[in-house]
Amino acid sequence: MNPLFRFIAELQDVSLLLWRSIISLRHGPRYFAETLRQMDMIGVGSLPIVLLTGFFTGGVLVLQTYPTLEYYSIQNESGRSVATSLIRELGPVLSALMVSGRIGSAISAELGSMVVSQQIEAMRALGTDPIRKLVVPRIAALILMLPLLTVAADIFGLIGGGIVANYIYSQDVQVFVESVRNGISTKDIVGGMIKPLFFGLIIGVVACHKGLSTRGGTVGVGRSVTNSVVTASIWVIIFDFFLAKALQYLLDIGRL
Amino acid sequence: MLANEGNSVLPLSDDVEFSDMEEAVDAPERIAPVIEFRDICLAFDEKVILDGISFSVRRGETKIILGRSGGGKSTIIRLILGLIKPDAGRILIDGEDITDYDEPELMQVRQKIGMVFQEGALFDSLPVYENVAYRLREQGTEEEEVDAEVRRMLRFVALEDAIDKMPNELSGGMRRRVGIARALVGDPEIVLFDEPTAGLDPPTARTICELAIKLRDLHDVSSIFVTHEMNNLRYLSSEYAVIDENGEVRFEKEGGRLCMINTEIMMLRDGKIGFQGKDEELMRSDDPYIRTFVHGK
Repeated sequence: MNPLFRFIAELQDVSLLLWRSIISLRHGPRYFAETLRQMDMIGVGSLPIVLLTGFFTGGVLVLQTYPTLEYYSIQNESGRSVATSLIRELGPVLSALMVSGRIGSAISAELGSMVVSQQIEAMRALGTDPIRKLVVPRIAALILMLPLLTVAADIFGLIGGGIVANYIYSQDVQVFVESVRNGISTKDIVGGMIKPLFFGLIIGVVACHKGLSTRGGTVGVGRSVTNSVVTASIWVIIFDFFLAKALQYLLDIGRL
Repeated sequence: MLANEGNSVLPLSDDVEFSDMEEAVDAPERIAPVIEFRDICLAFDEKVILDGISFSVRRGETKIILGRSGGGKSTIIRLILGLIKPDAGRILIDGEDITDYDEPELMQVRQKIGMVFQEGALFDSLPVYENVAYRLREQGTEEEEVDAEVRRMLRFVALEDAIDKMPNELSGGMRRRVGIARALVGDPEIVLFDEPTAGLDPPTARTICELAIKLRDLHDVSSIFVTHEMNNLRYLSSEYAVIDENGEVRFEKEGGRLCMINTEIMMLRDGKIGFQGKDEELMRSDDPYIRTFVHGK
């Protein structure tokens, strides 16, 4: 099939899955226990890697930007620099990419294995809608947990940045904290929380769609996992640009 | 005294009274088809899978579907469940036309149907108990009732000892039997078997066929049994189950005096029905394709 037609067909399938997920919310049964289990797996399970990512990203931001800031004699603004980058951009995007790698792959592998071993068909044959039972709880858990993970990554990023500024560049902690406070506003924080809601949705829908459309046995499962991570990551980065622009317009953030 | 609820056999010889049995068999509710295909056509891309298929299955009847791999046998089962839609034709379940039903409506229809998959298709993250209890849990049934039903079904397939095991701890035959137990929860009127004996050793395959025979003759279940193994066909079309004076289930052979009227064979060939009738007619057929399939030459 022509790559353009394939893209359009896939976009249609993803949209259809999202629409059916939304429609299924109107009536029961609702799987709250399954949603909580997914929230635990996605939220608590991903916390260590997200914290590590945030911590070292914050650290490396200060490590790289401090000399430049010092050149212009504005090294006291290093906190502002790291806070703005992390809260507006890197916190949401890096958390989403880490979750896409860890959770998106797990979801598509799990659903893909269920498809090839006929468990999804068995579920439908037993009168259960797989979208209600499997897709909706996973998407809901991702939408709910990714903003919280992002906040955790932001906080650890600022701690990492502060430690590097203090121990490597001997900057006073008080100066760093003050600079962070001056650098970010409530709008930045709100904007930084809105992005992960969309990223969670993207990762969930893409991973579930790739998993449920698995064909061709175990090789197909591997292919679905790879496609899921790559596709979700690319969409996260593309959407980040448009979301940044929309937030600039709606919340008036990110402008000088 | 022998019990035989499904009236599965009629006497062939003159010296046996069968008027009562005939009446029972001819009762309107028994003649009305439980499953009916009317001129069903289905193609995937350019490949025609089913081309104008029409057949029906009565209450308490078993339809054995034979055919080559990839010949559309399992597709028929998926159509009955509404997992796929036909390109043309109508499908009726219990007199209800389900062809244009949407997913929520099909969910209701599927409550009447039990499905046994080729490899069992057990939920591998759930133990045997939860696999069998799945349908009842979804319906919000009370725990006590769930427990009683799960144990009853596992007793039926002689697997009560495996109740706490995980699917990966079971042999292939045990997985199929758990799959049968899961399909039978809620006493469905229709049970669909999709090559349930594929890859199993002959004694285990025989056990699976005996379960299908018990369902047909003692529980009056309508079923479709997809297979390409002639041993299955022989068991299902020549043996029937009765309960003897000790309350034990016994399997009898129809022999030369009886003819099983509740088991019919349908052979698919190039998307069409190549044969439909009793096992005796199939065995006597001169058609070269059928002879190759049945006798291997």
